[in-house]
Amino acid sequence: MALVERVRGGDVSAYDTLVRKYERQVFRIAQHITQNREDAEDVVQDAFLKAYEKLDQFQGNAKFYTWLVRIAVNESLMRLRRRRSGRMVSIDEDVETEEGGVPRDIADWAPDPEQNYDQAELAEILRKTIQGLPQGFRIVFVLRDVEGLSTEETAETLGLSVPAVKSRLLRARLQLRERLSRYFRKKSDRRKKRAGAPAEDGGEK
Amino acid sequence: MTCKEFIALLDDLIDGSLAAEVRTEIDGHLNRCSHCQVIFNTTRKTIEIYRSHEIYELPTGLRDRLHSAIMAKCKGCK
Repeated sequence: MALVERVRGGDVSAYDTLVRKYERQVFRIAQHITQNREDAEDVVQDAFLKAYEKLDQFQGNAKFYTWLVRIAVNESLMRLRRRRSGRMVSIDEDVETEEGGVPRDIADWAPDPEQNYDQAELAEILRKTIQGLPQGFRIVFVLRDVEGLSTEETAETLGLSVPAVKSRLLRARLQLRERLSRYFRKKSDRRKKRAGAPAEDGGEK
Repeated sequence: MTCKEFIALLDDLIDGSLAAEVRTEIDGHLNRCSHCQVIFNTTRKTIEIYRSHEIYELPTGLRDRLHSAIMAKCKGCK
Protein backbone atom coordinates (compact mmCIF):
# COMPACT_ATOMS: atom_id res chain seq x y z
CA MET A 1 0.00 0.00 0.00
CA ALA A 2 2.86 2.35 0.76
CA LEU A 3 3.95 2.24 -2.89
CA VAL A 4 0.47 3.15 -4.15
CA GLU A 5 0.29 6.03 -1.69
CA ARG A 6 3.65 7.29 -2.88
CA VAL A 7 2.48 7.21 -6.51
CA ARG A 8 -0.66 9.09 -5.53
CA GLY A 9 1.60 11.67 -3.92
CA GLY A 10 3.35 12.18 -7.27
CA ASP A 11 6.32 9.81 -6.90
CA VAL A 12 6.64 8.23 -10.36
CA SER A 13 9.62 6.10 -9.30
CA ALA A 14 7.30 4.25 -6.90
CA TYR A 15 5.15 3.34 -9.90
CA ASP A 16 8.28 2.06 -11.62
CA THR A 17 8.62 -0.42 -8.73
CA LEU A 18 4.96 -1.45 -9.01
CA VAL A 19 5.29 -2.05 -12.75
CA ARG A 20 8.42 -4.18 -12.21
CA LYS A 21 6.60 -6.18 -9.58
CA TYR A 22 3.57 -7.11 -11.68
CA GLU A 23 4.48 -6.81 -15.38
CA ARG A 24 5.22 -10.53 -15.81
CA GLN A 25 1.90 -11.57 -14.31
CA VAL A 26 -0.03 -9.06 -16.41
CA PHE A 27 1.75 -10.28 -19.54
CA ARG A 28 0.90 -13.90 -18.74
CA ILE A 29 -2.76 -13.14 -18.14
CA ALA A 30 -2.95 -11.12 -21.35
CA GLN A 31 -1.33 -13.94 -23.32
CA HIS A 32 -3.73 -16.50 -21.89
CA ILE A 33 -6.72 -14.40 -22.92
CA THR A 34 -5.62 -12.95 -26.25
CA GLN A 35 -3.39 -15.89 -27.25
CA ASN A 36 -1.42 -13.42 -29.28
CA ARG A 37 2.01 -12.06 -28.41
CA GLU A 38 1.57 -8.58 -29.93
CA ASP A 39 -1.81 -8.10 -28.31
CA ALA A 40 -0.38 -9.18 -24.98
CA GLU A 41 2.42 -6.62 -25.29
CA ASP A 42 -0.13 -3.89 -26.02
CA VAL A 43 -2.30 -4.99 -23.12
CA VAL A 44 0.63 -4.75 -20.71
CA GLN A 45 1.30 -1.16 -21.77
CA ASP A 46 -2.35 -0.10 -21.85
CA ALA A 47 -3.23 -1.74 -18.53
CA PHE A 48 -0.38 -0.09 -16.64
CA LEU A 49 -1.04 3.26 -18.24
CA LYS A 50 -4.75 3.05 -17.43
CA ALA A 51 -4.03 2.00 -13.85
CA TYR A 52 -1.70 4.97 -13.49
CA GLU A 53 -4.24 7.39 -14.88
CA LYS A 54 -7.06 6.01 -12.75
CA LEU A 55 -5.16 5.51 -9.55
CA ASP A 56 -7.40 8.10 -7.86
CA GLN A 57 -10.32 5.71 -8.37
CA PHE A 58 -8.53 2.82 -6.71
CA GLN A 59 -10.18 1.97 -3.39
CA GLY A 60 -7.60 1.50 -0.69
CA ASN A 61 -9.42 -1.49 0.80
CA ALA A 62 -8.90 -3.61 -2.33
CA LYS A 63 -5.58 -5.12 -3.32
CA PHE A 64 -3.75 -3.12 -5.99
CA TYR A 65 -2.86 -6.34 -7.80
CA THR A 66 -6.49 -7.52 -8.00
CA TRP A 67 -7.54 -4.11 -9.27
CA LEU A 68 -4.76 -4.15 -11.87
CA VAL A 69 -5.72 -7.66 -12.99
CA ARG A 70 -9.30 -6.52 -13.54
CA ILE A 71 -8.03 -3.74 -15.82
CA ALA A 72 -5.76 -6.19 -17.66
CA VAL A 73 -8.61 -8.70 -18.19
CA ASN A 74 -10.87 -5.97 -19.60
CA GLU A 75 -8.11 -4.65 -21.86
CA SER A 76 -7.42 -8.19 -23.09
CA LEU A 77 -11.07 -8.83 -23.91
CA MET A 78 -11.24 -5.50 -25.73
CA ARG A 79 -8.16 -6.40 -27.78
CA LEU A 80 -9.69 -9.76 -28.64
CA ARG A 81 -12.91 -8.08 -29.72
CA ARG A 82 -10.97 -5.73 -31.97
CA ARG A 83 -9.10 -8.63 -33.53
CA ARG A 84 -12.39 -10.37 -34.22
CA SER A 85 -13.65 -7.20 -35.90
CA GLY A 86 -16.13 -6.12 -33.34
CA ARG A 87 -17.69 -9.45 -32.48
CA MET A 88 -18.63 -9.51 -28.80
CA VAL A 89 -16.18 -11.32 -26.61
CA SER A 90 -17.03 -12.17 -23.06
CA ILE A 91 -15.87 -14.40 -20.28
CA ASP A 92 -19.08 -16.39 -20.71
CA GLU A 93 -17.97 -17.60 -24.09
CA ASP A 94 -18.32 -21.35 -24.70
CA VAL A 95 -18.93 -22.23 -21.07
CA GLU A 96 -21.96 -24.34 -21.94
CA THR A 97 -19.84 -27.15 -23.29
CA GLU A 98 -20.71 -30.64 -22.14
CA GLU A 99 -17.14 -31.75 -21.69
CA GLY A 100 -15.77 -31.81 -18.17
CA GLY A 101 -18.71 -33.11 -16.17
CA VAL A 102 -17.79 -36.68 -15.37
CA PRO A 103 -14.17 -37.69 -15.93
CA ARG A 104 -13.78 -40.24 -18.70
CA ASP A 105 -10.05 -40.81 -18.90
CA ILE A 106 -9.10 -42.36 -15.59
CA ALA A 107 -5.72 -43.80 -16.45
CA ASP A 108 -3.02 -42.99 -13.94
CA TRP A 109 -0.03 -40.92 -15.01
CA ALA A 110 3.60 -41.89 -14.96
CA PRO A 111 5.10 -41.08 -11.55
CA ASP A 112 6.79 -37.99 -12.91
CA PRO A 113 5.31 -37.23 -16.35
CA GLU A 114 7.35 -34.05 -16.76
CA GLN A 115 10.52 -36.11 -17.01
CA ASN A 116 9.41 -37.59 -20.32
CA TYR A 117 9.71 -34.20 -22.04
CA ASP A 118 12.24 -31.42 -22.28
CA GLN A 119 11.21 -27.95 -21.14
CA ALA A 120 10.25 -26.68 -24.59
CA GLU A 121 8.17 -29.77 -25.41
CA LEU A 122 6.41 -29.63 -22.07
CA ALA A 123 5.66 -25.91 -22.41
CA GLU A 124 4.18 -26.60 -25.84
CA ILE A 125 1.95 -29.37 -24.45
CA LEU A 126 0.79 -27.12 -21.60
CA ARG A 127 0.13 -24.22 -23.98
CA LYS A 128 -1.83 -26.34 -26.45
CA THR A 129 -3.84 -27.97 -23.72
CA ILE A 130 -4.89 -24.78 -21.97
CA GLN A 131 -5.57 -22.98 -25.26
CA GLY A 132 -8.16 -25.63 -26.02
CA LEU A 133 -10.24 -24.75 -22.97
CA PRO A 134 -13.30 -22.54 -23.40
CA GLN A 135 -12.37 -18.92 -22.68
CA GLY A 136 -14.66 -18.69 -19.64
CA PHE A 137 -12.97 -21.66 -18.00
CA ARG A 138 -9.46 -20.69 -19.02
CA ILE A 139 -9.59 -17.24 -17.41
CA VAL A 140 -10.93 -18.64 -14.14
CA PHE A 141 -8.24 -21.35 -14.03
CA VAL A 142 -5.46 -18.88 -14.83
CA LEU A 143 -6.49 -16.32 -12.22
CA ARG A 144 -7.29 -18.83 -9.52
CA ASP A 145 -4.71 -21.58 -9.98
CA VAL A 146 -1.85 -20.00 -11.90
CA GLU A 147 -1.87 -16.45 -10.55
CA GLY A 148 -3.09 -17.42 -7.08
CA LEU A 149 -6.10 -15.13 -6.65
CA SER A 150 -8.67 -16.33 -4.13
CA THR A 151 -12.11 -17.49 -5.29
CA GLU A 152 -13.61 -14.23 -4.04
CA GLU A 153 -10.97 -12.10 -5.79
CA THR A 154 -11.46 -14.05 -9.03
CA ALA A 155 -15.23 -13.53 -8.78
CA GLU A 156 -14.80 -9.82 -8.15
CA THR A 157 -12.26 -9.42 -10.94
CA LEU A 158 -14.46 -11.13 -13.52
CA GLY A 159 -17.80 -9.84 -12.29
CA LEU A 160 -18.98 -13.40 -11.60
CA SER A 161 -20.64 -14.89 -8.52
CA VAL A 162 -18.58 -17.08 -6.20
CA PRO A 163 -20.63 -20.21 -7.10
CA ALA A 164 -20.06 -19.47 -10.81
CA VAL A 165 -16.29 -19.25 -10.24
CA LYS A 166 -16.33 -22.50 -8.26
CA SER A 167 -18.31 -24.32 -10.91
CA ARG A 168 -16.06 -23.08 -13.73
CA LEU A 169 -12.91 -23.86 -11.79
CA LEU A 170 -13.95 -27.48 -11.21
CA ARG A 171 -14.82 -27.94 -14.86
CA ALA A 172 -11.63 -26.22 -15.99
CA ARG A 173 -9.48 -28.41 -13.75
CA LEU A 174 -11.23 -31.59 -14.87
CA GLN A 175 -11.04 -30.71 -18.55
CA LEU A 176 -7.34 -29.84 -18.31
CA ARG A 177 -6.67 -33.05 -16.41
CA GLU A 178 -8.50 -35.04 -19.05
CA ARG A 179 -6.63 -33.36 -21.88
CA LEU A 180 -3.23 -33.73 -20.22
CA SER A 181 -4.00 -37.39 -19.58
CA ARG A 182 -3.76 -38.01 -23.30
CA TYR A 183 -0.08 -37.10 -23.02
CA PHE A 184 0.78 -38.23 -19.53
CA ARG A 185 -1.05 -41.53 -19.13
CA LYS A 186 1.25 -44.35 -18.10
CA LYS A 187 3.12 -45.93 -20.96
CA SER A 188 1.84 -49.38 -19.91
CA ASP A 189 -1.77 -48.15 -20.26
CA ARG A 190 -0.98 -46.68 -23.63
CA ARG A 191 0.40 -50.01 -24.77
CA LYS A 192 -2.69 -51.84 -23.48
CA LYS A 193 -4.93 -49.38 -25.21
CA ARG A 194 -3.10 -49.84 -28.48
CA ALA A 195 -3.45 -53.62 -28.10
CA GLY A 196 -7.18 -53.25 -27.63
CA ALA A 197 -7.34 -54.14 -23.91
CA PRO A 198 -9.04 -51.73 -21.52
CA ALA A 199 -6.84 -49.64 -19.25
CA GLU A 200 -7.21 -50.31 -15.54
CA ASP A 201 -10.14 -48.74 -13.86
CA GLY A 202 -12.84 -49.74 -11.46
CA GLY A 203 -14.66 -46.88 -9.83
CA GLU A 204 -17.41 -47.18 -7.31
CA LYS A 205 -20.86 -46.22 -8.45
CA MET B 1 -20.22 -41.49 -0.76
CA THR B 2 -20.57 -41.96 -4.51
CA CYS B 3 -17.99 -40.98 -7.14
CA LYS B 4 -20.28 -38.17 -8.27
CA GLU B 5 -20.45 -36.79 -4.75
CA PHE B 6 -16.68 -37.08 -4.55
CA ILE B 7 -16.19 -35.06 -7.75
CA ALA B 8 -18.47 -32.32 -6.39
CA LEU B 9 -16.14 -31.99 -3.40
CA LEU B 10 -12.89 -32.35 -5.36
CA ASP B 11 -12.04 -28.64 -5.48
CA ASP B 12 -12.60 -28.19 -1.76
CA LEU B 13 -10.41 -31.23 -1.13
CA ILE B 14 -7.62 -29.88 -3.33
CA ASP B 15 -7.90 -26.41 -1.80
CA GLY B 16 -7.93 -27.84 1.73
CA SER B 17 -11.21 -26.21 2.67
CA LEU B 18 -13.19 -29.23 3.86
CA ALA B 19 -14.64 -29.70 7.33
CA ALA B 20 -12.98 -32.53 9.30
CA GLU B 21 -15.98 -34.88 9.19
CA VAL B 22 -16.37 -34.52 5.41
CA ARG B 23 -12.66 -35.10 5.03
CA THR B 24 -12.97 -38.39 6.93
CA GLU B 25 -15.80 -39.46 4.64
CA ILE B 26 -13.75 -38.54 1.58
CA ASP B 27 -10.71 -40.41 2.84
CA GLY B 28 -12.92 -43.47 3.28
CA HIS B 29 -14.09 -43.19 -0.31
CA LEU B 30 -10.54 -42.70 -1.60
CA ASN B 31 -9.39 -45.82 0.23
CA ARG B 32 -12.05 -47.86 -1.53
CA CYS B 33 -12.07 -46.26 -4.97
CA SER B 34 -8.95 -46.39 -7.14
CA HIS B 35 -10.80 -44.48 -9.87
CA CYS B 36 -11.30 -41.41 -7.67
CA GLN B 37 -7.78 -41.74 -6.28
CA VAL B 38 -6.44 -41.33 -9.82
CA ILE B 39 -8.76 -38.39 -10.50
CA PHE B 40 -7.64 -36.70 -7.30
CA ASN B 41 -3.91 -37.25 -7.86
CA THR B 42 -3.88 -36.26 -11.52
CA THR B 43 -6.05 -33.18 -10.99
CA ARG B 44 -3.72 -32.03 -8.23
CA LYS B 45 -0.76 -32.70 -10.52
CA THR B 46 -2.45 -30.71 -13.32
CA ILE B 47 -2.63 -27.63 -11.12
CA GLU B 48 0.90 -28.11 -9.82
CA ILE B 49 2.34 -28.47 -13.31
CA TYR B 50 0.69 -25.25 -14.54
CA ARG B 51 1.82 -23.42 -11.43
CA SER B 52 5.43 -24.48 -11.72
CA HIS B 53 5.98 -23.97 -15.46
CA GLU B 54 5.95 -20.54 -16.95
CA ILE B 55 4.45 -21.14 -20.38
CA TYR B 56 4.36 -17.50 -21.41
CA GLU B 57 7.66 -16.04 -20.40
CA LEU B 58 8.43 -12.38 -20.73
CA PRO B 59 11.99 -12.27 -22.08
CA THR B 60 14.26 -9.71 -20.43
CA GLY B 61 14.71 -7.64 -23.60
CA LEU B 62 10.99 -7.33 -24.20
CA ARG B 63 10.36 -6.70 -20.53
CA ASP B 64 12.80 -3.79 -20.51
CA ARG B 65 11.31 -2.37 -23.70
CA LEU B 66 7.75 -2.57 -22.36
CA HIS B 67 8.83 -1.18 -19.04
CA SER B 68 10.50 1.86 -20.61
CA ALA B 69 7.48 2.48 -22.84
CA ILE B 70 5.09 2.33 -19.87
CA MET B 71 7.15 4.67 -17.75
CA ALA B 72 7.64 7.15 -20.62
CA LYS B 73 3.87 7.26 -21.17
CA CYS B 74 3.14 7.64 -17.48
CA LYS B 75 5.61 10.47 -17.10
CA GLY B 76 4.01 12.20 -20.06
CA CYS B 77 0.42 11.82 -18.95
CA LYS B 78 0.24 13.86 -15.73
